[in-house]
Amino acid sequence: MQKHTVTIAVFAGMALLTVLAQFGVLDRYYISVLMFMGVNVILATSLNLVNGYMGEFSCGHGGFMCVGAYVSSLCTVLMFSKNAILGAPLLPPYLTFIGFPLALLAGAGAAAVAGLVVAIPSFKTRGDYLAIITLAANYIVISAINNMEIIGGPRGFMGMSATEVGMKSVVDIPWVLMFTMLGTLFSVWLLRRFVSSTLGKGVPAICQDEIAAEIMSVDTNRMKLIAFMLSSGLAGLAGGLYAHILGYVNPQSFDIMRSTEIMVMVYLGGMGSLSGTALAAVLFTVLMEALRFLDVWKWVVIPLLLILLMQFRPEGLMGNKELADLFPKLRKYYSFK
Amino acid sequence: MSLLEIKGLTRRFGGLIAVNDFNIELGEHELVALIGPNGAGKTTVFNLISGFYQPSEGSIRLKGQDTKGLRPHQVTAAGVARTFQGIRLWGEMHVLDNIRIAQHYRLGYSLMDCFLRTKNYALREKAIDTIAWELLEAMGLKDCAYELPRNLPYGVQRRVEIARAMSVKPSLLLLDEPAAGLNSSDVEGLITLVRWIYDNFPVTIWMIEHQMKVVMSLCSRIKVVDFGSTIADGTPEEIQKNPTVIKAYLGDDTI
Repeated sequence: MQKHTVTIAVFAGMALLTVLAQFGVLDRYYISVLMFMGVNVILATSLNLVNGYMGEFSCGHGGFMCVGAYVSSLCTVLMFSKNAILGAPLLPPYLTFIGFPLALLAGAGAAAVAGLVVAIPSFKTRGDYLAIITLAANYIVISAINNMEIIGGPRGFMGMSATEVGMKSVVDIPWVLMFTMLGTLFSVWLLRRFVSSTLGKGVPAICQDEIAAEIMSVDTNRMKLIAFMLSSGLAGLAGGLYAHILGYVNPQSFDIMRSTEIMVMVYLGGMGSLSGTALAAVLFTVLMEALRFLDVWKWVVIPLLLILLMQFRPEGLMGNKELADLFPKLRKYYSFK
Repeated sequence: MSLLEIKGLTRRFGGLIAVNDFNIELGEHELVALIGPNGAGKTTVFNLISGFYQPSEGSIRLKGQDTKGLRPHQVTAAGVARTFQGIRLWGEMHVLDNIRIAQHYRLGYSLMDCFLRTKNYALREKAIDTIAWELLEAMGLKDCAYELPRNLPYGVQRRVEIARAMSVKPSLLLLDEPAAGLNSSDVEGLITLVRWIYDNFPVTIWMIEHQMKVVMSLCSRIKVVDFGSTIADGTPEEIQKNPTVIKAYLGDDTI
């Protein structure tokens, strides 16, 4: 029983939040902050796989998020929304419960495939050069969508709210919040399982000594492929959730500014620490909201915090330690297999 | 059939011939040394065998199979493990993980198994663990299983690196200057360790070494190279008397 304390606490917490949102204790503002928190946790932990565990410097995470956002949006709009180009909804509203998660998965899959743009060059390229490739990948995605008039180009794309409306027309509870929480849990769970396996430990082995990894039978190309595709795929999932939270996306919201934001979360939390980046993502979201009164000035304050962090604690808040390494007593309350 | 058969192996880097027409045949369960002055091309031979470089000419056959075009991890999977001149452990992961990761080629489970934590996954991970602990126990490294390599003394790091190579269950173990940087008591320990590995595992050990004490007390056969070419091949006694070898090491006695 004790072993499951944390698991039970997590699910109880999620249920509690859903109930609070349902009965209006949490207003729309708090709910949306909560949802962005989840999206940020997915983004930061998935980027951590590449920037932390693998030691590469990917600065194009926003691009993959964008692919996921657009692909899943296109899917749900096609299925459940009336659109000038895509026509009338193909499916009735009660199928949104299946359609929405499938659309999210499609977005994640498309983003994972887009991750190949970086994964394949990474076989031969490392460090700064690969960083430039990731930057280019981000620009390619944004510019391509900017130039596609059919999905709105720079004006953006909308109609995703029909999905939530569809789900609410059947049972009126905060569905998007629930899906966001589940998606967050799923991502962290997937990453945790990957990095704790001997298979997944091939990733930090590449980071720490690639030649040794290759000579000691680690198929480095395969590991890079998995790491980049998993990372970009989860970014795509985050993008899909983001699009359905807002009900509207435009390419500008996934540009280099977004990628930087995600990187800040990773470096804040500590590279190579899953719990660290997850906590940092939560902290960062709160910070962004708390500093809202500063308006554009918050983009002066936050980078300044980053400079201070790099100066005084370059390894991030948690170094590359997990929460359970810092508080060994926690281990009693969860079992991880 | 011989374990390793190298014929006419040549490797050029631009105009430099690092290895020139290198030939050797190693049988099962041998202990052989490769010596020669600095820059003679010894490490290049090892790099060619482990697939890190591709030969310019010639062939490397492992258990009768040409290794041409194989990537390093595939060569390792075929049964060749090695250590490095400078220690190359994964410094931020504890010793146990270092030994586990070197078993990557026989993980035996897929990414999906890993995500879903299937029965196969549990079984395979357990097998990997068992092998790792057995090796650590046998090589006297059990106490430092959860230490980070970078916190260990140099001599122990060497042992860990050899243990990591052994976890591949190689049929050919290449040791690139295992005694480099060790103090005299560590060298004694190394000699005992290599001897112990040779006596307890069905493995052919081929080492590059500069310390004659190590070479002479361990190896039954020595190959000497200089400027990429083989200049002598024989038992330790023969090599010690060989005039060409003496000349390569000490220079000409005519002034």
